[in-house]
Amino acid sequence: MTTLGTRPHDAPGAVALLPGPEPRTLLDAPHGTAPLDPALLLRLHRWLVRGRRYNQQATALTKQGRLAVYPSTTGQEACQIGAALALEDRDWLFPTYRDTLAVLARGVDPVEVLTLLRGDWHSGYDPLAHRTAPLCTPLATQLPHAVGLARAARLKGDDVVTLAMVGDGATSEGDFHEALNFAAVWKAPVVFLVQNNGYAISVPLAKQTAAPSLAHKAVGYGMPGLLVDGNDVAAVHQTVREAADRARAGHGPTLVEALTYRIDAHTNADDATRYRDDGEVAAWRRRDPLARMERHLRERGLLDDAEAERAAAEAEAMAAALRAALAVDPRPDPTDLFDHVYRRPTAQLRAQRALLERESAAGPDTGETNR
Amino acid sequence: MSPASTATTGARETTLAKALNLALHDALAADDRVHLLGEDIGTLGGVFRVTDGLAAAFGDDRVTDTPLAEAGILGTAVGMAMYGLRPVVEMQFDAFAYPAFEQLAGHVAKMRNRTRGALPMPLTVRVPYGGGIGGVEHHSDASEAYYAHTPGLHVVTPATPADAYGLLRAAIASDDPVVFLEPKRLYWAKDLLDPARPVPPIGTAAVRRPGTSATLVTYGPSVPVCLAAAEAARAEGWDLEVVDLRSLVPFDDETVCASVRRTGRAVVVHEAQGFAGFGAEVAARVTERCFHHLHAPVLRVTGLDIPYPPPLLEQHHLPDPDRILDAVARLQWDTDPAGEAL
Repeated sequence: MTTLGTRPHDAPGAVALLPGPEPRTLLDAPHGTAPLDPALLLRLHRWLVRGRRYNQQATALTKQGRLAVYPSTTGQEACQIGAALALEDRDWLFPTYRDTLAVLARGVDPVEVLTLLRGDWHSGYDPLAHRTAPLCTPLATQLPHAVGLARAARLKGDDVVTLAMVGDGATSEGDFHEALNFAAVWKAPVVFLVQNNGYAISVPLAKQTAAPSLAHKAVGYGMPGLLVDGNDVAAVHQTVREAADRARAGHGPTLVEALTYRIDAHTNADDATRYRDDGEVAAWRRRDPLARMERHLRERGLLDDAEAERAAAEAEAMAAALRAALAVDPRPDPTDLFDHVYRRPTAQLRAQRALLERESAAGPDTGETNR
Repeated sequence: MSPASTATTGARETTLAKALNLALHDALAADDRVHLLGEDIGTLGGVFRVTDGLAAAFGDDRVTDTPLAEAGILGTAVGMAMYGLRPVVEMQFDAFAYPAFEQLAGHVAKMRNRTRGALPMPLTVRVPYGGGIGGVEHHSDASEAYYAHTPGLHVVTPATPADAYGLLRAAIASDDPVVFLEPKRLYWAKDLLDPARPVPPIGTAAVRRPGTSATLVTYGPSVPVCLAAAEAARAEGWDLEVVDLRSLVPFDDETVCASVRRTGRAVVVHEAQGFAGFGAEVAARVTERCFHHLHAPVLRVTGLDIPYPPPLLEQHHLPDPDRILDAVARLQWDTDPAGEAL
C-alpha cells in the first residue's frame, strides 16, 4: 500500500487483473458446464454463416472492381459476431475499418457498411440510429472516443456501455495507452476488445510487443485483462457480455484479448505469402470458428441439415442483394463535398461550390475553361 | 477570485485572462452541456489562471483535471461531443498541443463531413500561443498555420478582453469545432469589457484604427504592435489603418479587401515564421482581389524562419514597430502620384 493513495486493485472485493494462462474456451468445454443457451447459440451460428458469406461476397466484389478495397475478417468472424451481439441496442460500438461484420451485426444495411470501401463517401450509415461510430481507419484513434462517449453517458445518468475494437498492431499506438488510462481513471463503462490475429499487415506480434500477452497490459492501467479463444464465438460472446455487465454496474473498463487469425491477406492489395507460410494458415483453418461452432451444435443435436440449409439460404439471399446493389454504379453528388464541412459553408466554400457547378454544367469534354 | 456572473452588467476594466474566465463561467452557467477538460485546470485554475474558481463553482465533473495526455484529452472530448456535450479543452501550451493534432486533423475536423452532418463536433480547443513572455523552448510557438490549413476547423484569436469574452462565448456556442488561440503575452493586458455587449460573430474582422495611407493586416499578439507602429508612423506622415482579423477561418475577405482598396497598400504582420505562413495566404488573397487597387506589392513582416528562439534572443524574432515601419517605407511611395501628396 502506497502512502500516496489507494490503488484500485487494493480495494476490497476487487477482481484479479492478471489474465489466466490459457485463453477461455466454451465450445470445447464438457457439455453442461458452459452457460450456453441453445437459442443464443443458433443466433450466433446464423450470424457466423452470414458473416462468412459477406466476407466472401465483398472480397469477390473487390476483385470485380465494385469496391476500392476490402479488409476481410474471414477467420475472425467469431470475434466480430460474438462481441457485437453482446451489446444492448442502446450501447455503442467503435469499430475499425476491418470490423465490418460487427457493424453488420448492429443492424446496419449491408450496402451502407461498405460506403467507405466503395468510395462514394467516407461513411454511409447513420451513427446515431445504430449507435455505431464510423469505421475508423487511423489505428486506435477511435478508442478515446469510446471512452469519452462512455463518460458522457455516465455523467448524464444513461445506462450505456461502449465496445471499442482494435487489432494487435494498434496496441502499440499511443492512443491505445491513453484511452485505457483515461477509461480506468474515470471508471468509464468501456470494453476494449483486441482481436489479436497475429499480424499487423506483415509484422508479427513478436515485433510488436514483449509483453507476455496483450491482456497483460491491462494490469498497468488497473483494469482486468482477459484472454479468450477468439475462434470460439460462445466464449467471445460470454466474455464481452460479462465485461459489459461489469462496466454497466459501475466497476469500470475491461481489456479483452481474443486470439484469432486472419485467414485472408490484410486486404485484396496484400500478398500474405510474403510473410507467413501455408502450414501456419492450415493450422488455423483447422480451428475455423464456423466449423467449430457447427460441430458443437451438431454434437449437441441443436443443428440439423435443414437448419444449416436455412442459414445458408438466408446468407445467400443477402449476398445476392449485395451483388445487385453494388452492380449499380454509385453517382455521388460533387456538391456534397461542400455541404458538410461546416454547419454552413464559408464564403470561400460557396465560391468553390459555384465553380464546381459551372464546371459540371460545362461537361468534361467541351474544352471550355472555367477558371 | 470568484468569477462574476452575467448578472453583472456595465463596462469594467478587465484583463484578457479574466475576460476568458468570465466567458467560461457564463458558458458553464448557461448550458449544462458545456464541460471543461485539461491539465491543471481544476484546483490550480490553469497555469495562466484562466479557469480559476470554475471547478469550485461547477464541480469536478464539469471542470475536470484529466490525465496528462493531450491526444487523450481531445480524443475523449470527441466522444463526449458525439454524445451531445460541448467540451472545451485546454491545451496547456501551444507546443504541447501537437500530440493532439492527429485527433484534431483526423477526427475533430472531419467527423461532421464524414457523417454528412450526423455527428457535428461542437467543441472548442483553447490554445495559449505565441511568444513575448520569456518562455523557454516549447512555450512560445505560433502554430496557427497548421490549424488554419485544416478544413473543418474554425480558427479564432482575440486581441482585446472584449473580443476574448465575446469570441469564446461564440466558439462554445458554435456547432463547428473552434481552435481558440489565446495570445499569451496579452493575458494581462487590460481594457474595458462589457459582458452584456453583443458577441462578435466568428468570421468578422475589425478595423482597430482607421487610416488612409496603408493597411496593416494582423491578429492576436501582433495587434498592439501594429497599433504602436501606426502611432509612430504619424511622425513619418503615414496614416495607417490596422485591421484585426480576429478569425483566421472563416476569413473575412470583405473587410480586409475593402480596407486595402481604400488605402492601396498592405503589410501583413504576424509572429509566426513567414514561410508558408498565414501571411502568405493573406497576401495572395489580397493580391487576387485588389490587384488593380494596389500601388505596391503586399509585404509581410513575420517571425524569422527559425525554430522559436530562446528567451534571451526572442526580441530578434518578433515583429516590432521598427520592422513594420521599414516595410511600410518599402511600399513604393515614390511611384504613386497619390502618395506624393503625403
